Amino acid sequence: MMNMGTTPFEITINVIKTILVFLMMVQLVPILVWVERRGSAFIQNRFGPNRIGPLGLLQLLADAVKFLTKEDFVPDKGNKYLFYAAPIFALIPASIAYMAIPMSTPLIVGDSKFLIQGFEVNVGIVFILGVSSLAAYTILMAGWGSGSKFALMGAMRAAAQIVSYELALGLSIVGVIMTYGTFNLSDMIAAQQGALTFTGFGSTFTAHFLPNWGIFYQPLGALIFFASAFAESNRLPFDLAEGEAELVAGFHTEYGGFKMLMFFIGEYGHMMIASGLFATFFLGGYNIPYTTVQGVHDWLMTTFGLSVDGANIANTVVHFLMYNVKFLILLWIFIHVRWTLPRFRYDQLMDLGWKTMLPWALANTILTSIVIFAASQFAF
Amino acid sequence: MPLGGIIFITLFIGVFGVILIYLARWTGGRAKRTSAAKMEIYECGIPEQEKKDTKISVKFYLTAILFILFDIEIIFMYPWAVGFREFIHSGAGPFVFGSMIIFLAIFIFGLWWEIKSKALEWD
Repeated sequence: MMNMGTTPFEITINVIKTILVFLMMVQLVPILVWVERRGSAFIQNRFGPNRIGPLGLLQLLADAVKFLTKEDFVPDKGNKYLFYAAPIFALIPASIAYMAIPMSTPLIVGDSKFLIQGFEVNVGIVFILGVSSLAAYTILMAGWGSGSKFALMGAMRAAAQIVSYELALGLSIVGVIMTYGTFNLSDMIAAQQGALTFTGFGSTFTAHFLPNWGIFYQPLGALIFFASAFAESNRLPFDLAEGEAELVAGFHTEYGGFKMLMFFIGEYGHMMIASGLFATFFLGGYNIPYTTVQGVHDWLMTTFGLSVDGANIANTVVHFLMYNVKFLILLWIFIHVRWTLPRFRYDQLMDLGWKTMLPWALANTILTSIVIFAASQFAF
Repeated sequence: MPLGGIIFITLFIGVFGVILIYLARWTGGRAKRTSAAKMEIYECGIPEQEKKDTKISVKFYLTAILFILFDIEIIFMYPWAVGFREFIHSGAGPFVFGSMIIFLAIFIFGLWWEIKSKALEWD
């Protein structure tokens, strides 16, 4: 194992940790499905699933059992290998990209340092963008493998939509990269500690009432990133890939049972990547607002009388909880938007991506570079 | 790059997915009674109308080509963006800034031309 640790102990822990992050992500999907169903019922003045278990929470288990009893079906006209491979490949890009997002401060035990993420990639953003856009291939595999025209048309639409919004998404991040001057997500989070401080024009401004979050440097970038993230994860109002009224169910028309569930995990995985990235870029990642990581560490040591190691562990736990608060709020926004906005028409969707969001993202890039350049050249 | 970890978890997820599919196949059972109508692909309640070589609009192909053109240009901005502040600190700011403005002007011209030549019209 390259870079997974130096001692057998570290390698073992890192391998277990990687699997745990993956299982955590897979486990979150049924809970999100429950939240989505209860939430949509709440929004539409219905009850939603409330019969099985407390608050209908065991509905997930019942669904899983139902999925297991579904007959395995491959259409005669379909390509069997592509048909089976597509759901497996749908799982991979979403999970791998999510693992590169840091979820808490590194856990330091003795001489060993464990990152609370699957693995740290130094070119984090490029890696996540590159891997998560592989999802377009899995959708095309499913559409082609099904041998059905509805699936194929849905897949073509989904692929065209994903690549179109990839442009606006990629360009909206250029401003973020310029602001922090790094590709590394942990370095970006470290740059967002404390209160809002802006250095430039020969002086330093500090706004003590605001946290030092990326959204205050890149408001337009944040907006474009968030809107494109909806399109990337095929969620309403951009779920043209599976517009039921026109395409039955889009690329997964012929799928059912567990294979369908795996596509679901992939789709929710992309939602999680989008939420995690948005939190990392614009909402300070795992930082607690107004504080620094070291400040929380010192506070834990003095208030609870912990040792340095104990405070490290407590620090990691506290920051992990903070990350999850931001992460879950963003996921809820995804769900709330889905049940609030209607779907676009396909030409409107493409127009929005190419003619509105791409030029605005470009404007954001130019504006950011001009401000950074001017701030370094002129002084008041 | 933590290549080992990435390869490991990719294989792990692959095996996990294969096991899930085989598990579902085992518990759900294969189709025991089949008929031609059952194994057909979905069609709205009538016999199958078209084969899978349904004609696909050339617009999708065009979109894909335009995506490649623009995406490469955007990826080209990434190294510039990450090094921008360091270039300014080392005194190369005006040159780096000016060359990117020229590049962006060409980019914007490309986008304008693409919109003007109706490459993005979906009718």
